[in-house]
Amino acid sequence: MNYRKYLVLLAIIVFGSCGDVLLARGMHDVGEVRLDQLPHLVSAVANPWVVVGIGFLLIFFASYSTALSWADLTFVLPATAVGYVVLALLSHFFLHEQISVQRWLGIFLIVAGVGFVAGGPSQTERHAEHPSSPPEELRTPVVSSVSGDPS
Amino acid sequence: MRTFYTWAAIFIIVVASTAGDVLLAKAMQRIGDVGLIRQQKGIFAVVRRVLSSGWFAVAICCMAVAFFSLLFALSWADVSLVAPAAASLTFVANALSAKVFLGENVDRRRWFAAVFVAAGVALLAR
Repeated sequence: MNYRKYLVLLAIIVFGSCGDVLLARGMHDVGEVRLDQLPHLVSAVANPWVVVGIGFLLIFFASYSTALSWADLTFVLPATAVGYVVLALLSHFFLHEQISVQRWLGIFLIVAGVGFVAGGPSQTERHAEHPSSPPEELRTPVVSSVSGDPS
Repeated sequence: MRTFYTWAAIFIIVVASTAGDVLLAKAMQRIGDVGLIRQQKGIFAVVRRVLSSGWFAVAICCMAVAFFSLLFALSWADVSLVAPAAASLTFVANALSAKVFLGENVDRRRWFAAVFVAAGVALLAR
């Protein structure tokens, strides 16, 4: 784990949490969508909050996919769950929302859960194949692109 | 009847979300470390490899089902039940699926992490 990989985990936390909040804010404006009004669900995409929320979630998704290319799913998911805690603390300090005893217990459990995986390896060791190593084609020098170059 | 629909929505969200996560992890495992590929062949090679993966395409479809099911459920069901129940059950379902389908080494520490986070999310999101 180098600092770039920690940045990717941070991006998952920040963009995932903010994206969810923006989407929730947008759906609050859109209102109830019934089974017989499914086209109304598509029109929700026209809401600016939903649009920005989807943009954030796309960045979250790119970061999440990147992390899964070098770490296990059972490492990435708990490690990035700290986003829930960040959201609760932000709403407490900036929106002055009260955090009940139940929510403090939830924060404690998430932090403890993140602590369990943080000290362990990020990827399962595989003897037959090494997913974090470059694909076969990248291990040999690429010569085809320069073969026709006179210089 | 509304309770039945709410739990049916939670079930669909959890199954679709877990399938999406597992298939995406499978796709990215097969592609390899995208940081290394980007360094050696450029960002477009990364995009091309990711978009040409069949596992990735199916993962996106599952995630789309989960996303629209959640949007749909949040618009009429009890948010304080759907959001924490779906999120926390997905954590446990993912740990189980990662062990069974991806062959990940889900040791005692990772099980504790999944269960603690699932319980924490359930308490926090209420």
